[in-house]
Amino acid sequence: MNGAVFAAVYQRDLRLAWRRRTEALLPLAFFLVAASLFPLGVGPDPQVLKLIAPGVVWVCALLAAMLSMPPLFAADHADGSLEQLLLAPGAGLAVAAAKAAAHWTISGAPLVVCAPLLGLLLGLPSAELPVLFVSLLLGTPILSLLGGVGAALTLGLRSAGMLIVLIVLPLAVPALIFGAGAATAVDAGQSPSPHLSLLGALLIACLVGAPPATAAALRIAVE
Amino acid sequence: MNSTPLPGTPAATTSSPPLPSLRLADVACRRGERLLFTGLDETLAAGELLWLRGGNGRGKTSLLRLVAGLAAPERGQILWGDAPTRGNARFAAELVYIAHTNALKDDLTAAESLAFLARVHGRDAGPGALRAALARLGLAGRERTPTRSLSQGLRRRVALARLALETTPALWVLDEPFDALDVAGTAVLHALLAVHRARGGSVLLTSHHLHLDAAAASAGFRVLDLDLLPRDAGVVA
Repeated sequence: MNGAVFAAVYQRDLRLAWRRRTEALLPLAFFLVAASLFPLGVGPDPQVLKLIAPGVVWVCALLAAMLSMPPLFAADHADGSLEQLLLAPGAGLAVAAAKAAAHWTISGAPLVVCAPLLGLLLGLPSAELPVLFVSLLLGTPILSLLGGVGAALTLGLRSAGMLIVLIVLPLAVPALIFGAGAATAVDAGQSPSPHLSLLGALLIACLVGAPPATAAALRIAVE
Repeated sequence: MNSTPLPGTPAATTSSPPLPSLRLADVACRRGERLLFTGLDETLAAGELLWLRGGNGRGKTSLLRLVAGLAAPERGQILWGDAPTRGNARFAAELVYIAHTNALKDDLTAAESLAFLARVHGRDAGPGALRAALARLGLAGRERTPTRSLSQGLRRRVALARLALETTPALWVLDEPFDALDVAGTAVLHALLAVHRARGGSVLLTSHHLHLDAAAASAGFRVLDLDLLPRDAGVVA
C-alpha cells in the first residue's frame, strides 16, 4: 500500500471536513434526532425504552453512517481528483483505506462519543453504557469500511444513496446483531465478551476485505 | 517565438537517465459499442512533442486515458520503453497527466491543492517550490485564495502549476492544456513545454487552438491526426 497517498488523502479529507464543519456534523445530528424520536413513537415507558435502547442506538448509527456515504467518492470523481489518485499502481488500496479512515474519523467517532449520552437519555442502566460504547467503537469502523464498498460500487449512478443502503445493510446485519446484542447480554446478566469478540473478528475481516473490494470498484468506475 | 525558454526559467537538469520512448503498437480504442480508431502505430521519443488532433468524438481524450493507464486498449499495446504502461510503477513515477478536469478542491487554497497533487504523485515540493511554481503561472499573491473563488482560467493555471514543479525528464500527457488560458498564460505554458523538452522530456497533448499551427512549424511539434486513422463505424463483435 502506498503510505504517502494514504496520508495525503486522509489529511486532505479531514481538512475539507474542517472547512465544512456544519456539513460534517449532519450525520451526528441525524443520529441524535432519529434516536430521540423513539420515545415519542413507542411511548415513555422506561421498561420498554430500556429494552430497546441498544437496538435503537445501533440502528440509528447504522443509518447515519449510510446516509453520509454517497459523497464519499462522488466529489472526487466529479472534479477529476479520483483519476489523479488512481494513476499510480496500487494507489487504489491506499485511497480506499484512507477514505474509510477519514469517514470514520469525521462521522463515526462522534457517534461513538455521543452514544452513551443517548443511552442515558433512553434510560439504559449505567452498567450497559461502557459496553454500548465499546460495541460502537468496534462496529462503526465496520460500517465505514462496508459503506466505502457500496459508495465505490454505485459511483456515477443516479439514486446512488438508496442503492448504497440496499447493498450495505444486509452486509451490516451481523455487526448490528452482535453490537446491539452485547449491551442486551449485560442486561440479561451475561458476559458481553463473546459478542464483542465476534464484532472484533468482523472488524478484522472488513479491514482485510473491504479496501481491496473498494479499490477494484473504483478502478472500474474511472475506466 | 514561444518556443524559446523565457528568461528566468530554471536551468534544465540532465543528471537523470534518459527517458524511454512511448510506443503505441496497433492500438485500437473502443468506447461503448463503437471503435473510435484502430491500427494506431506511433512512437514518441524523449524530447518530442506530439500534438494530437481530430474532430470531436474521435477519441483524443480516450487515447490520453489509454496512455495514462486509466483504461485498457481494445487491441494492441502501449509500451514505456519495453514494458507495458499499465500497472508500471516506473511509468507512473515518470508520468504527469493533466486531464480536462483540473482536479482541484473548491475548499482548498491554490497552494494546498498544488501541494496535495504533488504529494500524491511522489513529488517533493516544499513551500518555497510551491510558491515559485504558482508564481511561474502568474498566481503570485493568490496562494491562499480558495480555488472556489478563482476564475476558470486561473483554476487551469493552478492545475498547470504542477508542470512548473517538475525538474526531471518525464512524459507529460495534457488534455486541452491551453483551454481557458489567456495570451500570457499560453506563453508561459509554451515556455514550460520548451524547458521540459530541452531537458529530455516528452509531451503528448491535445488542443484545437489554431495558434499551435505556427508553434508546430517553429518548435517542431509533430502532429498526429486521429481523423486520418481508420475507424469501424459499425458495432464490433
